[in-house]
Amino acid sequence: MSANEPVPGEEYETLYIRLQQIVEQLETGDLPLARALALYEEGVATAEACQRLLDQAALRVRNLMGDQSPAAAEADV
Amino acid sequence: MRFLTVSQLNTYLRDLLDADDLLNDVWVEGEVSSFNRHFSGHCYFTLKEGDAQIGAVMWKSVAARMATLPANGDAVLAHGRVAFYEVRGQVQLYVDTLRPAGIGVLQAQFERLKERLAAEGLFDQSRKRPLPSLPRRIGIVTSPTGAALQDMLNILRRRYPLAEVIFAPCQVQGAGAVDTIIEALYALYETDVDVIIVARGGGAAEDLWTFNDERLARAVFASPVPVVSGVGHETDTTLIDFVADVRAPTPSAAAELVSPDMTELIDDIRQLRNRLDAAMTQRLTGARDEVSHLNRRLALCSPERRIRRDRQYIDDLIRRATIMLERRIALAHAHLDGVRGRLQALSPLATLDRGYAVVQSTTGALITDASLVAPDDCIEVTVRRGSFRARVK
Repeated sequence: MSANEPVPGEEYETLYIRLQQIVEQLETGDLPLARALALYEEGVATAEACQRLLDQAALRVRNLMGDQSPAAAEADV
Repeated sequence: MRFLTVSQLNTYLRDLLDADDLLNDVWVEGEVSSFNRHFSGHCYFTLKEGDAQIGAVMWKSVAARMATLPANGDAVLAHGRVAFYEVRGQVQLYVDTLRPAGIGVLQAQFERLKERLAAEGLFDQSRKRPLPSLPRRIGIVTSPTGAALQDMLNILRRRYPLAEVIFAPCQVQGAGAVDTIIEALYALYETDVDVIIVARGGGAAEDLWTFNDERLARAVFASPVPVVSGVGHETDTTLIDFVADVRAPTPSAAAELVSPDMTELIDDIRQLRNRLDAAMTQRLTGARDEVSHLNRRLALCSPERRIRRDRQYIDDLIRRATIMLERRIALAHAHLDGVRGRLQALSPLATLDRGYAVVQSTTGALITDASLVAPDDCIEVTVRRGSFRARVK
């Protein structure tokens, strides 16, 4: 079995959770303006990264019994 | 008309039966009789139903896989192929799978097993785990050749291509299928999948029976991550459906259940983005309000305003000072008039008017006593109008 390389889903989850945190923090509204602006910029960048991951995603299929099966061959197409 | 030897006839019959598709893969339901286990381990018996019967053979290898051998009178469902045994001139059923048959028997066994596992807590709602909302790795246990796998992959590709599928192939029917499914499950337990789908496309109730196996149920129960079952069609319910954390009616439905929909995700991001903008706009509006509020307060304490106020105060002081001064002057005048009156009353000039005179020495000393002068002294006499010098006699 191959090592645990990161998958897009993992990255997406991390970014998505961060984006949610940022929005909630901004919505509470009692942040200093400079901090709010920094958060906002980070939020915009995070939302764009999420969008990019969604746009570029392609399902990956790994066969535990080796890659000779039709499923794996099909998945490579 | 043809003449055949017995062996020619039997060979012909054998070939005829072997070429028939139906006879090569058939389920036969009947009652066991004349069961006989030969010392070689092979089993021979007859399957009966009403007035009909057929000889059956179950090889040692098949018999070895069975938990219990059938007894005479058992209603069974036998799978295998029908072939012609030339030596004896008999048509026989070569059994490769044998199960209790009849809705009643099978169902009763299934219900008993279900009750036992339920009593053990294998189906408890309290241990059902929620599916991960964003699964990173999805394990799939199914046949590598079935349509179910491709159906599921297509759905995942469309709905949630962010995921990685870890596929553990297995057999989903036939002898030994249960073992391969359990092996595939445990292979996935060793990976870092977030959720596992166990699936099989639709089939006859006998084909789905694999998923009613107790060992398989326990293997699913042991899963460290949530398991979704998607076996057969909507109307099929197998034991694995009760143990699984979530039961899906079909493999495709299972794939949909484990995957969030991409369009919803995109919507989600858009909504978060909108909230982000709204929150920032509100924060900026708040800041602007704060600034204008401070600006107003600043204007209130500006020096200009102070100067205006001071100037007014000064004007006021001047006005008050003027009034005061005028009053003082008037007072002084009045006082002066009074003094002048009194002065006039005391003045000796008024006495001189009446004919009196003031006598002074030449040094100016008043002479009020005659002894103060001697003869020939010069004195100054002042009368009402003017003064003159005189000599004392």
